[in-house]
Amino acid sequence: MLDAGSHADAYNFAYLDEQTKRMIRRAILKGIAVPGYQVPFASREMPMPYGWGTGGVQVTAACLVPEDRLKVIDQGADDTTNAVSIRRFFQRTAGVAVTESTPEATLIQTRHRIPETPMTEGQILVYQVPIPEPLRFLEPRETETRKMHELEEYGLMHVKLYEDIARHGQIATSYAYPVKVEGRYVMDPSPIPKFDNPKLSGNPAIQLFGAGREQRIYALPPWTEAVSLDFDDHPFETSKAPHDCDLCGARASYLDEVITDDQGGRMFVCSDTDFCAGRRAEGHVGRLGEAA
Amino acid sequence: MIADALEGGFTEAPVQSARAFREILEAMARPGWIRRVQGAAPPVPLSVAAGVALLVLTDPTTRLHLAGAADCPAVRDWVAFHIGAPLSCAEDADFAVGTWQALQPIHRFKIGQPDYPDRSATLIVEVDRLANHGAALTGPGIETAAWLNLPETAAFRANRALFPLGFDTLFTVGDQIAGLPRSTRVEAI
Repeated sequence: MLDAGSHADAYNFAYLDEQTKRMIRRAILKGIAVPGYQVPFASREMPMPYGWGTGGVQVTAACLVPEDRLKVIDQGADDTTNAVSIRRFFQRTAGVAVTESTPEATLIQTRHRIPETPMTEGQILVYQVPIPEPLRFLEPRETETRKMHELEEYGLMHVKLYEDIARHGQIATSYAYPVKVEGRYVMDPSPIPKFDNPKLSGNPAIQLFGAGREQRIYALPPWTEAVSLDFDDHPFETSKAPHDCDLCGARASYLDEVITDDQGGRMFVCSDTDFCAGRRAEGHVGRLGEAA
Repeated sequence: MIADALEGGFTEAPVQSARAFREILEAMARPGWIRRVQGAAPPVPLSVAAGVALLVLTDPTTRLHLAGAADCPAVRDWVAFHIGAPLSCAEDADFAVGTWQALQPIHRFKIGQPDYPDRSATLIVEVDRLANHGAALTGPGIETAAWLNLPETAAFRANRALFPLGFDTLFTVGDQIAGLPRSTRVEAI
């Protein structure tokens, strides 16, 4: 029987062939040059299904260097199936070091969260994006949405937000909340909760977005302005469950609700597992937590 | 001459190009930051950094324009062997390499289309030196302001005015490289 490591040398560094990496790297640079614009790229078949982060994986593969320390999170957690399998994929094909610590990581691939711990210069955050086109659910034709971006015609998006207000009394969009980048392109920040939207703007790290099935790459260079769309009388507001973390007591972190029994019992815990573990190691204890 | 053309490429392409790309990415994402790259030894007059940028970014699917002194048999042979990029005129080029003087007139290069602004040229401009004083840079990738000695400011101001269209620029000298994407606002001090 072959052990898991025996094929590692059979792969090129970081799995993809050099021609593919050059193509992806050119797309990333054009994305950096036009922040928020979705650059088409020739997405490859990856050894995982579409919807599991094939776009993010290709961007990560094109950026990785052997000296990197890679962190992969899925909804903030380091220990879920998607995160574990992608982390192991790059351990095996690129031989990079891995970590669960946000400050120690040089490259973080994420699905649907921005880490609670602030990012720093020199770090890269790679997002897995399912539908990169913010206008897609409003206008299904690619030819039309492309024209709308070209003409900066984003009225339809404001109508959608207005209809939210007319129907629900507030903007009901709670994730994948559209942002306008540097006053030009409206961009889908991937399905991160709108709680994370303020962290998109003025972030010292390079933020790259990869959509594998939809074959698009886009980017936010460091310190780039990304304004969440809103109205003067209905300003953008972040939202989170009105609780403290039950494990670490954090008041300001984004929470997951966990059903604990069939009697209506539930608890709220930080979605960012590294942030929560770090706080507990510092001695913070929540309602249901145990002192470390 | 043939023997020379076979030398000067990456010896360990996957790892060397990965390290070089990270530097180029940081250079382009943070205009004004001067980074160092290594691994290529292209024939004169190309600098190490220009050679690295060509090896990392160009291949048989990108049209390359060699401008001025860079358009010599040694460079042509080196490109043919290591990269295989088809050489083209300035108007069709995806990448162009040469001094700022040789690349003139700059408006010949592709600036993309309104619906596909990414279909634009990337210029690799060989300069005499790179230093963090001169024109003031602001825009995406820059926290407050950065400074870089540019060959001129008028052309880059005009390029910024075309945004989201425009060409993107990498400046190279020796093993140093700096980026100036079209999104950067340039002001002469």
